[in-house]
Amino acid sequence: MTSTKPAASERTASESAPAAALHTGTSDPRTLIMRNLRQSGIYVAFVVIVALFAILTDGVSLSPGNITNIVLQYSYILVLAIGMVIVIIAGHIDLSVGSVVALTGAVSAVLVIQQGQPWWLGVLAALAVGVAVGAWHGFWVAYVGMPAFIVTLAGMLLFRGLTLRVLDNISLSPFPAEYQRVANGFLNGLIGGQGYDAFTLLIAALAVAGYAVGQFRTRVARIRYQQPVESFPLFVARVVLVGAIVMYFAWQLAHARGLPIVLIILAVLVLGYGLMTRRTVFGRQVYAIGGNLPAAMLSGVKVRTVNFWLFVNMGFLAGVAGVIYSSRANGAQPAAGNMFELDAIAAAFIGGAAVAGGVGTVVGAMVGGLIMAVMSNGMQLMGVEQSTQSVVKGLVLLLAVAFDIYNKRRAGAAR
Amino acid sequence: MDDTILEMRDITKTFPGVTALRDVSLTVRRGEIHAICGENGAGKSTLMKVLSGVHPAGSYVGEILVDGKPVRFHGIRDSEAIGIVIIHQELALVPYLSVAENIFLGNERRGAGGLIDWNRTNAEAAALLDSVGLAENPVTPVIQLGVGKQQLVEIAKALSKDVRLLILDEPTAALNDIDSAHLLDLLRRLRDRGITCILISHKLNEITAIADSTTVLRDGRTVETLDMRAGDVTQDRIIRGMVGRDLDSFYPDRTPSPGAEVLRIENWTVRHPVQDRNVVDAVTLNVRAGEVVGIAGLMGAGRTELAMSVFGRSYGRDIRGRVFMHGRQVRTRTVAEAIRNGIAYVTEDRKRYGLNLIADVCRNVSAAALGKLSRAGWVDGNEEIRVAEQSRRSMNIRTPSVMSAVGKLSGGNQQKVVLSKWLFTDPDVLILDEPTRGIDVGAKFEIYTIINRLVADGRAVVLISSELPELIGMCDRIYALSAGRITGEIAVSEATQENLMALMTKEKEPSR
Repeated sequence: MTSTKPAASERTASESAPAAALHTGTSDPRTLIMRNLRQSGIYVAFVVIVALFAILTDGVSLSPGNITNIVLQYSYILVLAIGMVIVIIAGHIDLSVGSVVALTGAVSAVLVIQQGQPWWLGVLAALAVGVAVGAWHGFWVAYVGMPAFIVTLAGMLLFRGLTLRVLDNISLSPFPAEYQRVANGFLNGLIGGQGYDAFTLLIAALAVAGYAVGQFRTRVARIRYQQPVESFPLFVARVVLVGAIVMYFAWQLAHARGLPIVLIILAVLVLGYGLMTRRTVFGRQVYAIGGNLPAAMLSGVKVRTVNFWLFVNMGFLAGVAGVIYSSRANGAQPAAGNMFELDAIAAAFIGGAAVAGGVGTVVGAMVGGLIMAVMSNGMQLMGVEQSTQSVVKGLVLLLAVAFDIYNKRRAGAAR
Repeated sequence: MDDTILEMRDITKTFPGVTALRDVSLTVRRGEIHAICGENGAGKSTLMKVLSGVHPAGSYVGEILVDGKPVRFHGIRDSEAIGIVIIHQELALVPYLSVAENIFLGNERRGAGGLIDWNRTNAEAAALLDSVGLAENPVTPVIQLGVGKQQLVEIAKALSKDVRLLILDEPTAALNDIDSAHLLDLLRRLRDRGITCILISHKLNEITAIADSTTVLRDGRTVETLDMRAGDVTQDRIIRGMVGRDLDSFYPDRTPSPGAEVLRIENWTVRHPVQDRNVVDAVTLNVRAGEVVGIAGLMGAGRTELAMSVFGRSYGRDIRGRVFMHGRQVRTRTVAEAIRNGIAYVTEDRKRYGLNLIADVCRNVSAAALGKLSRAGWVDGNEEIRVAEQSRRSMNIRTPSVMSAVGKLSGGNQQKVVLSKWLFTDPDVLILDEPTRGIDVGAKFEIYTIINRLVADGRAVVLISSELPELIGMCDRIYALSAGRITGEIAVSEATQENLMALMTKEKEPSR
């Protein structure tokens, strides 16, 4: 039973707010922050955590080498988190992704290392196995109607077992140099630079320019359609801030080893899936299913088809993560990917996805994953014991979801 | 003077935006069967929830006296402690537990060390079953019993709590005639044992058969209390109290100009998803362009089930019958198919089935016809906003912005969002299921105006409503539905609340 008493008092307060004023530009920062507390809270937390560890490690955590390291070390978790947040938005869960990372890596290793096939064939095989596993899960969840928790728990055991079978209980190593480049390679020196990599900076500058133009066009369109927008100075401040952060990040990378290939893969995936969730019919239907399943059905959404494909997609991304992880580890091990699913799930929830479904964003999950990454990395730099790291990460997850529930209760009260 | 067991004085209960009960008073004599009747939404269930503590003291205004002493219940346990037990329409039994376990649930018979004394539990359960005339083994799982027997288990459970005042909410709604007769018999025997009963029922023949008094509610107010002991109160007399005299005149005018037939349903039969009965039985009806056709029926008559089974088989099993659009037979086996064929269904429960409350107005409006806004799978977000803005203006949806979450809007505005969503699919026929339930008078008028605009555009409307004045005020023709069958079709010029209510409460005739 949830308490209903505070509801009455809060209801009158929120309904009487002169919300019509939002129609024109709003610059009152308090309104803006309160309106987006759920989303902005996560960014604030991220900045605080980055700053905290920068202080605790005397700036080491923000050094060029370390930033590169964070990207290389956690990229596969972030890839998994993209698929996971979509699964979670639709109201499901996937516990099997760690095992699928291991299986796809193992299949690739057997082909490339044992049988001497070309590196790209290993990559394609890993992706194909990932898609097949996703279709398997999708079949049971969407067409048989089983809870994803059970289906993927079974998958977790099943595909770990298959990994052991494929690898014959031994580790395979090493991969050829081309395969290793996927996770460890850099694009640099293409257009020179003195002590820094000009190519990295150019790419970052293009990205920032693209972001600014895109945001401006969105803003113009919204004004044309008489939608509320933030005031112009605030808009400029936001774009400049994001641009500055990206350029600082690129600057650090340019002074280390250049632009990691895996970062390009990740950026393409985040951009693509971000658009997919926000702008496509499929993305809308995922939110509709998670937000109110019966209403989605009665609106003609083909719920089974959507559920099937989002698991196929999760399998595909687990294959991508499997390639990146095996490439980084330079081989395949029977125990690879252990507990990855929990990191990916934690990233999605810390990033604002709702436990009940219907809420969440790809970008939020990325920030959630980065919060975990920065914390782990920072604590490693400080030499904190593994046991303490685990406790801290557990508490952060707990607090993030508690915050989500608190928020939802407030939103519910405002109804 | 009669001995009074219960007196409720001037009970007023409001929900946000709606006054469910206004100065309702109820006096029940000790040892009588007291019936409460009224149309859907008249406030019967709310009144009983106030009495049993489901709506705790402090959430309503007014006074409750039991045995002449004022009482304040803070929960259902408080009311049960002094012997008031309510049996809800939806039975509250745990299907996989045994009859005995269900009877003593929360009230377990314990022995040494606080462990459950199974011998005592089963022996006492057997005695209780005997007293309600149910010849079943107490260890039988409840799921193996039919609805009628489950109802008796509920009563046995109430008796185990030393009930003095038993409240039954529509106890015979799901029962067949034999089970109903058996249950009514049991109520008479309980009365003879000194147990007072409050009986909420739509079945007026039952009420005239067994009630000693009848209190009639209408629009959240007490209309009258009739003394039934002399036996001179007829069903017609009760109906007169239930529907009142005045037909509200706030329905906007419309000149009917029906065109060609749009939708025809033939011989439509739907089985209950689990129970072995037809919820909709050989229904045939039609609607023409520019026409509003009403479906009148009491709760459980099968109105929503009829609509949802036609709309993409969203309810029931073993669905038989044919659907025609513009004279051509069409398939409506999935919701998408139904939408494609020009049918829209606006649900009676907008929060559960109609809206994604955490999403904004914009996304709710586009939800059923995203295909119209997209090319190659990509949604044109700006166009989507334009459509939502257009709906906001034409429907007069009062919202700060189309980007506001629908959950924060009032009931009337939520309903306009649901209507907008379905209008955007450009349907030929709209099935509106209780479109004005739970919304205030002003918003109702707006909805009526929208309905008139729809038919003026040449669309057809099927209006399902529990409010007879609404049907008479809005429709051109009205079908009456009772126990899944059409019991009559009346042109609005001949329709009165009395003759509709008579058709709606008509007992089913034997199958042809």
